[in-house]
Amino acid sequence: MIMSKRAKGIALHAILMLGVVVSMFPFYWTVVMATNNTADVYQDPPKLIFGSELLLNIRHMLTNIDFFGSMFNTIIVATCTTALVLFLDSLAAFTFAKYEFPGRRVLFGLLLLTFMLPMQLALIPEFEIMVKLNWVGELRALIVPAAANAFGIFWMRQYTQGAVPSELLEAARLDGCGFFRQYWHVCLPIIRPGLAFLGIYTFVGAWNDYVWPLIALVNPNRVTLQVALAQLNTAHGADYSMIMAGALLALLPVVFVFILFARQFMSGAVKGALRG
Amino acid sequence: MALPRLSAPRIARDTPLPAAPRKRPGRLRRVLSFWPQYLAISPFYAIFLVFLLIPIIFSLYLAFTSWDGLGPIKFVGLQQFRFLVKDSTFWLALRNTLTIWVLATVPMLSMSLVIASLLNSTKRFTTFYRVAYFIPSVTSIVAIALFFSAVFSENYGLANVVLHALHLPTVDWLSDSWPIKLVIAMLMTWQWTGYNAIIYLAGMQSIPTELYEAARVDGAGAIRSFFSITIPLLRPIILFTVVISTVTGLQSFTEPQVLFGSTASVNPNSGGPGQAGLTLILYFYHQAFDNSDFGYGAAIAWAAFLVIVLFTAFNWRLVARKDQ
Repeated sequence: MIMSKRAKGIALHAILMLGVVVSMFPFYWTVVMATNNTADVYQDPPKLIFGSELLLNIRHMLTNIDFFGSMFNTIIVATCTTALVLFLDSLAAFTFAKYEFPGRRVLFGLLLLTFMLPMQLALIPEFEIMVKLNWVGELRALIVPAAANAFGIFWMRQYTQGAVPSELLEAARLDGCGFFRQYWHVCLPIIRPGLAFLGIYTFVGAWNDYVWPLIALVNPNRVTLQVALAQLNTAHGADYSMIMAGALLALLPVVFVFILFARQFMSGAVKGALRG
Repeated sequence: MALPRLSAPRIARDTPLPAAPRKRPGRLRRVLSFWPQYLAISPFYAIFLVFLLIPIIFSLYLAFTSWDGLGPIKFVGLQQFRFLVKDSTFWLALRNTLTIWVLATVPMLSMSLVIASLLNSTKRFTTFYRVAYFIPSVTSIVAIALFFSAVFSENYGLANVVLHALHLPTVDWLSDSWPIKLVIAMLMTWQWTGYNAIIYLAGMQSIPTELYEAARVDGAGAIRSFFSITIPLLRPIILFTVVISTVTGLQSFTEPQVLFGSTASVNPNSGGPGQAGLTLILYFYHQAFDNSDFGYGAAIAWAAFLVIVLFTAFNWRLVARKDQ
């Protein structure tokens, strides 16, 4: 049977829209749960439209966990991590992309090798190192280990190689610019679009991180947002509307940031994957 | 003066040449002349050394010891591994991990391929589709795990309400062995299908359209072109996604940990009823950080690492061979 071109097109978009519905449904249903009370949603048939109890649910949620305190911790961790990663990764990437120095190939090979080391192998000793440093429960236990990473250097090196012309650096050198001034005055302004991707990627990753904060922040009253959010499920299993009000508030910033920068983010992520 | 020419840091051409032949006497001075470069890359290596390499070496040592994190470290040889081989909970966690991985990855990557080729055959609303499909991969696993535990709740959770409306029997999603694994697998599938589809789509867009034109002239239909052109040319990317999904899928932790909690007082065995959601890394976490059994925890971590390496190599060969 040969379908007309038009019918084919409609079928195609119908299937794709079905996928979009599946992708988006959890967000819709999260809002439904967070804006109604649990009893209205948990009945047969359930309430399917948005309600007006969001503030009440949020107030209940706030009595169970220190939502804004933990969100503040997360903002500190994510901001500091992102700033450090942007600086240290782009500087290292610039060095690898544009300079020859003895041991360069071996060092870069070593860097690629770290992709393959799974982090759970390091977790126990890493925790012990934090104990020795007296960093357990401190936010720097999350920030410092994340301050530079192989993926960011690898990604930025590819970007810098393509974006920063060597002739420009040569000209800057002839004008008497040393290495760090070349990085600061020539490289940095050019690689800004690449930094935008790496920055959002790092921020979102730090915002959503769960395993290491769970281990390193031992005091249940001083945790990051994701750890606080998870406490909702273990401690107060029944009030789903209250739980989903917390989940909704925690999801919103990331989804908002992603939609704002969706194009750059996706093309950056795809480039990282295809070259990997 | 010939020396400065040699010792001044040179800017690499776009394709850097290997380092020039070195003269013995000036070598150290030459290396030292690159101090700004070494300084620039040193933070990464310092962090790598202190927070990754040394810990990994130390954890290999710990796997042969008995240690609770406070008292002295006692060397016990192979005892932890001997215990591990006989530990039925470890084997249960391994079976769970592999089952969940298969339940998640096979449908996920197949659907990703289909979605990508559908997206590749239209020029309308593509940005909208791509954003909508990609969003699940940037949302937090914790929030989504909370969502799944709410939807698959046994009393009037949405999943059971829908089953009831369709006159189908309801399921104890978070109590029975297979449903628990299915819920975890669905969570992973929901989160990563779109991401993989966008990666595949980028790969498909780099396939020259002339190939498809030629195939059409030769009378090949869409399905035929998909299997004879798209899949073979996408092979490196498929390989990449298979490796990534194997490595991350076998390390799943957050999904079951948030769904069932691991706090000893609430859930002594962790991984939910019957420990049906206990994964390798969750078992590792439970032994190391709930029970403070660092020696056994390290042994589990290394065993899990071995499983991941073997399984990744196995999948690599499977995918690489399929298209020869």
